[in-house]
Amino acid sequence: MTEGMRGLGRLLLTPAVALLFLWMIIPLGMTVYFSTLRYNLLNPGMEGFVGLDNFRYFLTDPAFLASLRNTLVLVGAVLLITTVAGTLVALLLDEVIVGRSIVRLMVIAPFFVMPTVSALVWKNLLMHPVSGLFAFIGSSLGLTPIDWFAEAPLLAIILIVAWQWLPFATLILLTALQSLDEEQKEAAEMDGARALSTFFYITLPHLARPITVVILIETIFLLTVFAEIFVTTGGGPGLQTTNIAFLIYAQALIQYDVGAASAGGLVAVVLANIVAFFLVRLVGRNLEA
Amino acid sequence: MKHRCGALAGAIFLFAAVPTFAETTLTIATVNNGDMIRMQGLTSAFTAKHPDIAVKWVTLEENVLRQRVTTDIATKGGQFDVLTIGTYEVPIWAKQNWLVPLDGLGADYDVADLLPKIRDAVSVGGKLYASPFYGESSMLMYRTDVFQQAGLTMPGDPTWDFIIEAAKKITDKSAGLYGVCLRGKAGWGENMAFLTAMSNSLGARWFDEKWQPQFNSPEWKKTLSTYVELMKEAGPPGASSNGFNENLALFNAGKCGMWIDATVAASFVTNPKDSRVADKVGFAMAPNAGLGKNANWLWAWNLAVPAGSKKVDAAVKFIAWATGKDYTGLVASKEGWANVPPGTRTSLYENPEYLKAAPFAKLTLASINAADPNHPTVKPVPYVGVQYAAIPEFQGIGTAVGQQFSAALSGATSVDAALAAAQSLTEREMKRAGYPK
Repeated sequence: MTEGMRGLGRLLLTPAVALLFLWMIIPLGMTVYFSTLRYNLLNPGMEGFVGLDNFRYFLTDPAFLASLRNTLVLVGAVLLITTVAGTLVALLLDEVIVGRSIVRLMVIAPFFVMPTVSALVWKNLLMHPVSGLFAFIGSSLGLTPIDWFAEAPLLAIILIVAWQWLPFATLILLTALQSLDEEQKEAAEMDGARALSTFFYITLPHLARPITVVILIETIFLLTVFAEIFVTTGGGPGLQTTNIAFLIYAQALIQYDVGAASAGGLVAVVLANIVAFFLVRLVGRNLEA
Repeated sequence: MKHRCGALAGAIFLFAAVPTFAETTLTIATVNNGDMIRMQGLTSAFTAKHPDIAVKWVTLEENVLRQRVTTDIATKGGQFDVLTIGTYEVPIWAKQNWLVPLDGLGADYDVADLLPKIRDAVSVGGKLYASPFYGESSMLMYRTDVFQQAGLTMPGDPTWDFIIEAAKKITDKSAGLYGVCLRGKAGWGENMAFLTAMSNSLGARWFDEKWQPQFNSPEWKKTLSTYVELMKEAGPPGASSNGFNENLALFNAGKCGMWIDATVAASFVTNPKDSRVADKVGFAMAPNAGLGKNANWLWAWNLAVPAGSKKVDAAVKFIAWATGKDYTGLVASKEGWANVPPGTRTSLYENPEYLKAAPFAKLTLASINAADPNHPTVKPVPYVGVQYAAIPEFQGIGTAVGQQFSAALSGATSVDAALAAAQSLTEREMKRAGYPK
């Protein structure tokens, strides 16, 4: 390739790249700009440059540390539940031979239910302490029904979100399992390996890569869980289910504080990058190996 | 070519969207409450009178409506020609010059007929900035059969001591009957509406004259600890997530002995179609503590015109129709007197047909008259508003404080810790907003 052709190639690429760059930089630039302003929609005429004051305000908010903790607990717990249970369900489905496609369809179903709808169903039909199914089962066994969203609100949210994401993990892991060479398993069996050893020495290493993919993709979405919290607990009681995404929403649309909400948004971007950095380093090795 | 096709399609679409016969199209933002949906259904009665005006509705749930309307008016978006806003927004927005004063409503409108307390709530400096569509206060609803069985008589103007004693006495958790149902779901318009009204009756206030938050006062401590104890002993399970609708469902299912909430609930709990206890409901004033204030709130949904609207004349015509005297008669002729929007006009409460159809009408009127947005508390305050302080910061603060109090109710935190957190977060927000102003 000649120097000229390379230059022409770059030139032809420029419009597309420039468009993508603007696509990214304009919202980001506006957010950075707003984050340095005192800007509350309800107090027009007060706008002014305040430097890093919005960041100080957002980071010293007593709700910030609580919501950071909640975000990490939520992401961690859902990842743990979905990967462990997802592996088990995938193993189970791998054994099913008759009607596998129907079973697979049913297992994947929760993933297609809208988050708001599934949160409403869980809140009103399953977890409601008076009219919910869990309360009915509990009280017919002579137990006191649990008021999920008052007594264990974060756990309740974790269960809902895990239920939604379990199918995703299952589907990816099942596909991976089906690509596992049968001959390897047969060889292990002939060598006298038990089911557990086969699982730990053959199946699990084979699943390492898909599990990494599941963790990475889920993390991206779980950091911004919002609908389930908005519909069920509204971040409460207290701050027990407020995550970073919900805190920013509260700043922007309950307090109409554009400055602090923008600062919060930038803080969230930085946090997501930190989490992604560690995750990629932690599990990324699997992808290279 | 593709572009041209798109532009052509867009142009056709634009033409299709604008009806050719009408000169003005009003976009009206409103809440999805029953009374407003009824108004939407009667649109044709308005357009028949004004063939040059077409009406487009944007009907939204309360919180979504508030967000849409607030961001639109604050950024001068100009999406709407008529806004449905609460009594909380009216004084704040009027002071920002975001609303058009409504002085051209016409002689038929009869401003003097508006209930004085409601009229006060939507006026600033003697000028009307919004026109009330329906108004409400709060009152106590109770089960007459349960009270009779327990040998109790509800006084017309009960005290908190009586309510607490009665609630404990009639609670029978094994039978699924709870002495009292109260709001517990966090939000400035949910649990804080009730708790602020309750605190007013117990002598508390949100701010002192210098805008210092007052959650460290003994009156607030009494309010919150009374509420939490009462709900623990005599409230339903899961109370910290119960708002108006949840409590309505519980009361209608016969699970509550008493319920203190909006006066508009009276027509729902006495409607045999929805309520299992329709013929066993009694009414009384919201409780007091002998300090001269009852735990009444005052609220109205109102129609207003945003400043900068280019269709002010048409918008005012619509408002005069929807909140005028004839509208009441129109609804009554189509849906019966029990379904007319209540709580805005003196004439309605003098109408014998309405009084016959609505046995709770007198008490509704007394409750509205008992709430005074200009003097809501026992001690003096720098703000207006009964169950809220009409300052822009209140929504955020009220909701955050509501979260703390909801946590105290669920037992996740103690009463003292919740009050301390409420005090510090309110101080923080008020300082950021630059108070005292």
